[in-house]
Parts: sequence; C-alpha cells; structure tokens
Amino acid sequence: MSTRRAAVVGGNRIPFARADGPYAHASNQDMLTATLDGLIARFGLQDERLGEVAAGAVLKHSRDFNLTREAVLGSRLSASTPAYDVQQACGTGLETTLLVANKIALGQIEAGIAGGVDTVSDAPIAVNEDLRQVLLDVNRARSLGGRLRAFGGLRPGQLKPSIPRNAEPRTGLSMGEHAAITAAEWGIGREAQDELAVASHHNLAAAYDRGFFADLVTPFLKLARDQNLRPDSSLEKLAKLKPVFGRGEGATMTAGNSTPLTDGASTVLLATDEWAAQRNLPVLAHVVDGETAAVDYVHGDRREDGLLMAPVYAVPRLLERNKLTLADFDFYEIHEAFASTVLATLAAWEDPDFCRNRLGLAEPLGTIDRSKLNVNGSSLAAGHPFAATGGRIVATLAKLLHEKGSGRGLISICAAGGQGVVAILEAA
Amino acid sequence: MSDRYLNLVNSGMGKTVASRLGLPRPEVLRRYHVGDPLLPGPLLLGGSGAPVLAGLAGVLKAAGVDVRDADAADAAEARWAGLVYDATDANEIRDLAVLRDFFAGALRRLGPSGRVIVLGRSPEGSDPVVDATRQALDGIVRSLGKELRAGATANLVLIEGDASPESALRFLLSGRSAYVDGQLIRVGGGAAPADPVRPLDGKIALVTGAARGIGSAIADVLARDGAHVIVADLPAAGEGLARVANRIGGTTLQLDIARPEAPATLLSHLGERHGGVDIVVHNAGITRDRLLANMKPEQWDSVLAVNLEAQLRINTVLLGSTVLHDGARVVCLASTSGIAGNRGQTNYAASKAGIIGMVRSYASAFARREATINAIAPGFIDTDMTHAMPFATREVARRLNSLQQAGLPVDVAEAVAWLASPSAGGINGQVLRVCGQNLVGA
Repeated sequence: MSTRRAAVVGGNRIPFARADGPYAHASNQDMLTATLDGLIARFGLQDERLGEVAAGAVLKHSRDFNLTREAVLGSRLSASTPAYDVQQACGTGLETTLLVANKIALGQIEAGIAGGVDTVSDAPIAVNEDLRQVLLDVNRARSLGGRLRAFGGLRPGQLKPSIPRNAEPRTGLSMGEHAAITAAEWGIGREAQDELAVASHHNLAAAYDRGFFADLVTPFLKLARDQNLRPDSSLEKLAKLKPVFGRGEGATMTAGNSTPLTDGASTVLLATDEWAAQRNLPVLAHVVDGETAAVDYVHGDRREDGLLMAPVYAVPRLLERNKLTLADFDFYEIHEAFASTVLATLAAWEDPDFCRNRLGLAEPLGTIDRSKLNVNGSSLAAGHPFAATGGRIVATLAKLLHEKGSGRGLISICAAGGQGVVAILEAA
Repeated sequence: MSDRYLNLVNSGMGKTVASRLGLPRPEVLRRYHVGDPLLPGPLLLGGSGAPVLAGLAGVLKAAGVDVRDADAADAAEARWAGLVYDATDANEIRDLAVLRDFFAGALRRLGPSGRVIVLGRSPEGSDPVVDATRQALDGIVRSLGKELRAGATANLVLIEGDASPESALRFLLSGRSAYVDGQLIRVGGGAAPADPVRPLDGKIALVTGAARGIGSAIADVLARDGAHVIVADLPAAGEGLARVANRIGGTTLQLDIARPEAPATLLSHLGERHGGVDIVVHNAGITRDRLLANMKPEQWDSVLAVNLEAQLRINTVLLGSTVLHDGARVVCLASTSGIAGNRGQTNYAASKAGIIGMVRSYASAFARREATINAIAPGFIDTDMTHAMPFATREVARRLNSLQQAGLPVDVAEAVAWLASPSAGGINGQVLRVCGQNLVGA
C-alpha cells in the first residue's frame, strides 16, 4: 500500500497567557473555538468539511467530553466535520498532528486540523473523593432508610474540593520536583539553565519583532503577544531568582528557568499537497515521521529514567528508522518544559556510557549545534499550555523550514507519565 | 451607535415638536438592500440634450425605472422618487432658465430620499459663454443640495464625449448613494459591463484596515456584491479581523502596511494565494491629533508613514506587477479633513490631501492598464472614533451637512464598491466625497 506525505499548510494559535491572566474566564472550548476560527479565517475554510479535527486538553471538565467536536460546531467549519479528543499530556498537540498526518498519509482523509488547548485558570474542580462516594451510595440506595444511612456517611471534611494538581499520581512529586532530580543527577548547572531561558526570551521577542508570527498567531481577548515573554530578560535578572524546585545548595531551578502555568490553544492545518494546491494554499513542510517513547520513572533508574527523559529514547529510534543522524537537521525544537530538561536531554545524547548502555549505540548520539536550537524561542518564553505546545512548535518549525526553503527539523516534546513524542518535518 | 436625535424627530411626538420649533429634522435615509429597485417611485426625465436624452430614457427603463416626462398625463400629480435633467447641450445662459422651469415645477413633489441629478458637460476653455453656462450647473446643483429636505440629494454628472452615464446614474439613483450629496462626478469612457446585483462576482479584493469601522463595512459590501475579500489589518487587530473574514467568507492577512517589507509581502500573498488582485481598497489609517505647535516628530511621521507613504509604496509596486490585474480598481480613503482642513490635524490632513494628489497623479498610469484609481473622502461618519467625541461636539458635527445627520460606515462602503465595480471604469483620478454635503470643505 502506498502512502502520501502529509503537508503542513499553516497554523494558528492565540497568544499564550499566564494563569489567571487575560484568559482567566475563558474556557477550553472558548479558546479552541477562537483558535479554529482564526485558522479558518486565514485559509478561507468557512463551511469546508474537513476529514477530521483532532485536539485535546490535559485539564478538562467532565462536561467537555466532546470538547473538540463542540469547538468545531461553534466554529465556521462545516458542521459535518468530525472531531475527537486526544489526551497525551504535554505530547497531545504533537500526537494529534501525527494522528491527522497518518490518516492523510494512508489516504483516509485529504485534510484535517490538529491542535490542543489548556487552561489552568478555568480548571475543573471536583467534589472531594469521600463525598463523591457518599453521594453515589445515596443514589444507589433503594429505600428511604438506605438513603438516610448513606447520608450518615457525610463529614465536614468532605466539603474540601478536589483540585487538580500538577503532580504525578504514582510518585506524588510535581513535575518540577521530578525535573529537579534529573537536573541534579545530570549535573545541570544554574547558569546554563538561565542562559537557555534568556535565549528563549530573546529569540521569541526577535521573531515577533520581525513579523514572524503575523501569520501564525491571532490575538485573543486583546492579548496580542505571549504574556510571559520578557524581551529584556537577562542573566543578571534571572540570577536574582530563588530556586523553587529541588532542595538546599544544589537547587538550580527557578521560576525563570521553568515554564509558568499557562492558558492557550493552538491548531495546525494538515493536508495533501493536492488539496493545498487546489486551494492555492502553501505547503510549508511535510511530516516525515514520528515516534513516541515512555520510561519507567516510577521504578527505573533515578538518573536515566527521569520523568521527562522519554524523548531521549524516542529520538534515536526515530533517527534509526529514518537513516539519519542527530547532525542531519537544520532546526531542533526541544520543548522547554524546564531549561534543565532540555540540557539533561542534550547531556544524555553526549554521554558515551548512557548511549552505549541504554541506547545501544557504540558512539554517543551526538551534539546539537546550539545555534539551531529553538531559534524562535520556545516554552520558557512563550509559556506552556500543556496540550497547545505541540501545535505551536509544529507550525513554527514548518514556517522556519519554509523560510529556509530546504532542510529538516526535529521536534522533541516530553510529557507527564514519563512519555515523550518526537517527530521530523522536512521543508516542502 | 444610534443617532438618538434622528430617532426622536422621526417618532410621532418628536416629529410634531421638532416641526413646531423649527429644529432640524433629519430623515431616515433610503439605503440599499439586495433586491431593492433603483428607485421606489417614478422618475421625471427632462432636458433638451437630444442625443444623450434619447438614450437615457431607454437605459433607465431597462434598469427597471418608471420613467415619465413632463408631458405625461399624470405628471402634475405624480410623487417623484427622482428628477433627472439632461443639460449636456446647455450652452447659453437662457438654457439655464429652461432647467429652472423643469425643477421649479417638480421639486415640491419630490419624495423622501429623492434624487436630483443634472447631467452636463465640462467647461472646455474655448467659448466663454459655453463655459460660463456649464460652470453655472455646479452652482445650481450645490445650492439645490442645500435646499432639499427629507433625505433628498442633488448631484452633477459631467459626461465626456459619448461616454455612458449609466453606471453613475444607477449609483446615484439607488440607495447606495444615500449619503452622497452635492457632488460632481466626471464620467469618461472605459466602463465594462457588470451584473447589477453582483457587480463584483469573481473579483479578488483587498481591504486594508478591515478589522472594524469603515474597513469592515467595506469588506461586507464588497462581499455582498460578489467579491472574495482579503481583509488586512495590523497583527494586533487580528481577533476582529478573523471575525470579519468569517462573517463574509473571506480570508485574513495580518500585516503592518508601514513596514518596509510590506509591499513585497502583500504582492507575494496576493499572487500566490489568490492569483492576483482586481480591487485594492486602501482604508488603513491612523490619527495622532495635536496642534502643529505641539506636535512631536513621531506623531507627524507615523501618520504620514501609514496614511500616505505606505500607499504610495504599495501602489507603485502593484502598478509595476501583473499581480494587479489589468482593469483593476484602486480606491483610496481620503477625508474631508484633507479638503477643508481640520484644527489639530495638520499631519492627518497632509496625509489625506496627499492621497488626493496621489490618485490624480497615478490616474494616467492606471488608465494605460485599463485600471482606475480614485479617492473617497468621507465626512462625518459614525464610528468608534466619533463615538469617543464629547456629546455636544458630536451632536453639532452630525447636523453640519445638508442631510443633517452623520453618515454610516456602509455609506462609505457603497461608494467604494461602486468605484470598484467594472462599470465605473469611466471614473479615474477623482475624489468622491461621502459627506452628506458637509458645510465645510469644497
């Protein structure tokens, strides 16, 4: 069976906002719908029936079980466009891209939209687990007496609501605490992390200033640029911040070199070359391949199986399958969950023992030319609305490749649950 | 924003009170809706210009107008929706008296939002008597515009050679010209046929500054008339811009037209995404009002850069490129501030007067490509900008024109759409004011 290459036609996102900022009262559905509508307006997709829209959110209300479909119904797309939700933590946006691209490659659909959205401001708050059990027992009771007995289980402490936490269920540690362990194990220093953060801010600001995002971002609720962006960020300023993750003298991770909690949404338009050509739409890049890996961060090695280390394993497998080396890329987009995560990833690929023992490579995977890394900034500057990050990166990289006119780019995104999604794009 | 005074004097009680007190009584203007006839009632056609007149009755009848002449049996009782007088062969002062006779009898029976149109010829500098007679028409029409009440308008159409006035007549008679009053339009050759209902069918149009206000109204009307509209505005205005595009089935282009690379970006976008462009509406503009004595250099520079220099650079690039299709229509937004001047707006008036100079200068180069370039000068139009004015200033400003009310963004948009249509090919290098015959400004 022959396959086709899925084209990245373009993207749209709303500027990312800090939690409880301008989007505090916007729901996931509001943001995803607005982001879809911006994409539709950019590419004239009003009333089009697309093959599918795949998107998702990490923090999601139970009422939003059909979030993406509801957003499609509220958008200017044809209501006959099907949609489904995906949730793979921070990998969601890239995973939906791969899903839609794969269907295009297999000839099942001609065009589709991938995306993701997240709000930590409008987070779902659930009733206390004990209270929930009591209420369910009441519901199940068949007699008045039974109901009264069930009500007898009520306690004042059950009024405390259950608020979602940025923590791994199996370890109880927050993502930052996990990352701090990894940073310490790999000896990632404070200054190197701050340098990466400063570069991210400066690169993103420069990209905005040269108009790079004019056809990638549509303002929302009067916010026109990523709220977290600090164009005047500097090593001196970052050096003043106190560590927030990790303990004692060795703590290196601050609010400046970690991503803040963020609200936002992103979308990517994918299609066959023919579909794009029929509509005079550009092809920015092609989706070449993708790979997902997972590590046993619960029982595994403290150094080598860190929560956010899965991309370290995914990339060599992807390179092997595509007969490529780490040096064969013009752009590297490594999601900056934390500056230390990016640096630990690079360190692992340069470590001969790790590469031999864990990746089965005779030589280290290699070193990345830092001037090709996150050249237009990444999550440290833009912010990181979990499921929306993948779409932001895919569209940004596709446009970078289109501007260059040749070459390929590597995307690496770490995700909760010890997972990692990586992909290759190639200039069209 | 609604005009509360206009609503009041058109209510039962308000009408009586305003009438007794002699207060201005602005009419709710007849505005165009798809499917409307050109005129809601009969039209009286008069004049002695035999060659033009002969064709005129046929053209108007073909357009569905109920055309009568003064000799018709019921002419004395009819309530006219329009009066058209052909003065193209008026060459002596006494010919003007014939015109007076025609209007004197008919004006009292002109209905609300009625139309008075005089057809004439331009003075040509050979015979002083002929030229004086022809120029006199201008004074008559401008004065008539100020005398008419109840939303009626008076306009002068000057015909060059054997050019057809049909397109101008259709525009001026219809509700599309609701706020066009006291204007002089020169019609030359070059009109191309167009479907009257969807005159812009199949055309690709670009509107800058389209996220809100007049720009979004222009986008609406161009789309209604059949064009695919690319709406452009600053990246920061993208949210409103997407709404406009999705409303009209158009596409967005987030672009700061004042950036150095903007003309090239625009050209490649229009070429690659749309295969070229037929209609360009330069609507984007900014104000930085300040008395000249207090004006900072950046306030001066930014207004000139956005309102004038950007247009000059874009037009020059377009004119030299096949991306601008032959037969294209370019419409540039000027302002009555650029004609009459306005306190605190030396920078803005410079840019808008500059636009007028620009379209006149470009006209012959555009004509060589069967294209046209014209300016629209809006008067007092109700927008977010006027909404921010102090109440009293706004109320006074609204009444300072022959129609005694502010125009609406759609009024400007209708004039833009007319100049953008294939049938308006005979109008080039001109300035059309959409100002309800503002009392200030020529």
